[in-house]
Amino acid sequence: MSRVAVLKGGRSLERQVSLKSGARVEDALERLGHATTPIDVGHDLIEQLQAADPEVAFVALHGRDGEDGTVQELLEILDIPYTASGVSACIRCADKVLAKHVMLDGGLPTPEFYAFNETAFKELGAAAALDVIEGRLGFPLVVKPAAQGSALGVKLAGSPEEVPAALVAAFSYDRKVLLERYVDGREFAVSILHSADGKWAQALPVLEAVKRPDDHDFFAARYEIGRTTFTCPAELPFAVADEAQDLAVAVYKLMGCYGLARVDMMQDAATGEFAVLEVNVIPGLTETSLLPQAADAAGISFDELIARILQSAAARP
Amino acid sequence: MSTPAGGRPPQRPASHELERYAGLFAGRTRVMKSSVMRDLMAITERPDVISLAGGLPDMSTFPPELFRRVMDGIADGATARALQYGPTEGLVGAKDCVIDVMAAEGMSVARDDILITTGGQQVIDLVCKTLIDPGDVIIAEAPTYPGAVPTFCSYQAEVIQIEMDGEGMRIDELERTLDGLASAGRRPKFIYTIPTFQNPAGVTMSLARRRRLVEVAREQELLVLEDNPYGLLRYEGEALPTLRAIDGGDLVIYLGTFSKILSPGIRVGWAAAPRPVLAKLNLGKQAVDLCSSSMTQHFVAGYFRTGGWLEQIAGLRELYRRRRDVMLDALSEHFPAEAEWTHPAGGLFIWATLPSYIDTTDLLALALDEKVAFVPGEAAFVDGRGRASMRLNFSGVTEEEIREGIRRIGKTVCAQVALFGAVSGSRHAPVSAVRRDPRPAPAPPGEPPALDPGLADVLELPRRTGGGREARRRQ
Repeated sequence: MSRVAVLKGGRSLERQVSLKSGARVEDALERLGHATTPIDVGHDLIEQLQAADPEVAFVALHGRDGEDGTVQELLEILDIPYTASGVSACIRCADKVLAKHVMLDGGLPTPEFYAFNETAFKELGAAAALDVIEGRLGFPLVVKPAAQGSALGVKLAGSPEEVPAALVAAFSYDRKVLLERYVDGREFAVSILHSADGKWAQALPVLEAVKRPDDHDFFAARYEIGRTTFTCPAELPFAVADEAQDLAVAVYKLMGCYGLARVDMMQDAATGEFAVLEVNVIPGLTETSLLPQAADAAGISFDELIARILQSAAARP
Repeated sequence: MSTPAGGRPPQRPASHELERYAGLFAGRTRVMKSSVMRDLMAITERPDVISLAGGLPDMSTFPPELFRRVMDGIADGATARALQYGPTEGLVGAKDCVIDVMAAEGMSVARDDILITTGGQQVIDLVCKTLIDPGDVIIAEAPTYPGAVPTFCSYQAEVIQIEMDGEGMRIDELERTLDGLASAGRRPKFIYTIPTFQNPAGVTMSLARRRRLVEVAREQELLVLEDNPYGLLRYEGEALPTLRAIDGGDLVIYLGTFSKILSPGIRVGWAAAPRPVLAKLNLGKQAVDLCSSSMTQHFVAGYFRTGGWLEQIAGLRELYRRRRDVMLDALSEHFPAEAEWTHPAGGLFIWATLPSYIDTTDLLALALDEKVAFVPGEAAFVDGRGRASMRLNFSGVTEEEIREGIRRIGKTVCAQVALFGAVSGSRHAPVSAVRRDPRPAPAPPGEPPALDPGLADVLELPRRTGGGREARRRQ
């Protein structure tokens, strides 16, 4: 039995999801016999942690602060072991632009992209380069904020006229945005789980997000009940599923992730090639979240999943 | 159980945890709306956020002494009855208050025409429960009351939204839609409208359109659900007859509530409907909750017996009128020239529309960084429209909060406008040549001239030209 602080909530736009993830983790930890202290992350985080004096912190905090290395840094300072990735992996993954550069440098596939901050447009006249970018990426193209973890601010621009509004929307969430080639094809998520002893990482069965055939709203589909169904294991030939899992593990390792993560990718319908969109270092753990579904498909119950994540925290090298 | 990275884990016909429940959910839960916007809205409830997103009346002006007196009155004479079940249709004492309120709005109604409900929201639910089979059509305004959208969706209705202008719902557009439906062998089950100080648009349906709407309902034998929560909260101008007053109660189901004129916490509303409809609503209500709270119905009756209810509403009118004016002034000061907004003669809301390149759901994320919130326009539509608009509430916040809240929203809007200029560069023509000063808009064919033409295109909805009633009649 351990004293476990569950970090959740916070001030990010994904607060509600995080509260749900956290509550579910607390239930599992209690079933496993641990003493939990829920902490809604705010101004008094340090005091709360010091008062709780946990042996382990379970990070169920999504978005800003939870996924960008901020709370991880604080936990390092307080010398409290914690679940999931460390500071540097969080920093690499939370910034989609940085993550994509790391993938490109490591020779792993990610859709072609260009990234800008507001200053580039306001002070350097970057708008003049948009024609060139559009020529290279083609239409439709995806515009998204570098930092936002959910679908918020992600737009599909179908023509040059739609690009400025899409940029304005993306800049609502972050000072840095990227324009990315749209990959037309199937959408997969591969969740990765470390072993309890922290020695090796396992890819869970590939999950496919299947949109309703009549649904053309590229991103809203994923976030509205009933608009997307999830199939796990995905209907893929064994060799292709292996390929997706190998790619996900390679990305996970390249980023230096630990404990658990979810790698989102597309399979190009024309070429059959996979391309990685992003890595989520604190994936959702709600009833409808993808990683628990994938664990379930691998025969790992939610309680087993939580137990293993907790154990891997103590075994962090 | 575990396999090394890259290997194939054991695959089994999974009884996924999610699917265990999913198999049990009713089909209608699949169409219940849930969206990222809802998660955003949850953040607006943080105490450090100035929320112009609510729809709350200001209850701080209700005298505690009055509350005590009313409760004492219940304790002295009606404790047992207040704690007992009541009839489904409601207690006589509460119905008599309804009769008084409806009389104040120019309607006469009998006790037997009234069903007391648990808030006005229950009327919307019961009307759907009574009238809607999956796939049935409901006509609503564009934009419509955001709280009605999930109700319509949960009954799997097909909602068709009719454009509005400064005179309320475009009745010519309504007639075209009805014709289109008729040619496909369909007709709506009912028309949902908030004709007076509409939520969220803040506009009021003109008398001519009210009359025409009732005529259309009669010609085509359609029911109209008239939602009138704010009718007594008029800050300027003369009151217009309600649809029910014009119709006499043949085809209009009237929805009233004490939420905005007394208290939303007591959850007492009512329906006044044609008897056969009322009988079905009553059956539906029996299934839902047997009866509304006896205690709060006694509270309503006791409060009305104190005799000061009209003065209390007059006080609210004065309070809200000042707050509306503060918000209108703040909008003029802080919103960019590209923005437009309604000038409501009553009610609780102003509807502001920004240049089309601004998505107010995204803007809300930026506004939350500034600790201020509003309702993004898309909440008032079922079809993705309204993304450049926002609903602003002025009744539930202090004048100081209104000024500061609008200043902060204005700051984010101006930043977006400037940014759009920067990211557009030279290749896009300026999109936002929107005038600020109201000027008359051309009257649509078959329509009387706009009474308040300054409002005519604040809703930023596409104008239709030609056709209309004249075209239909020629056929």
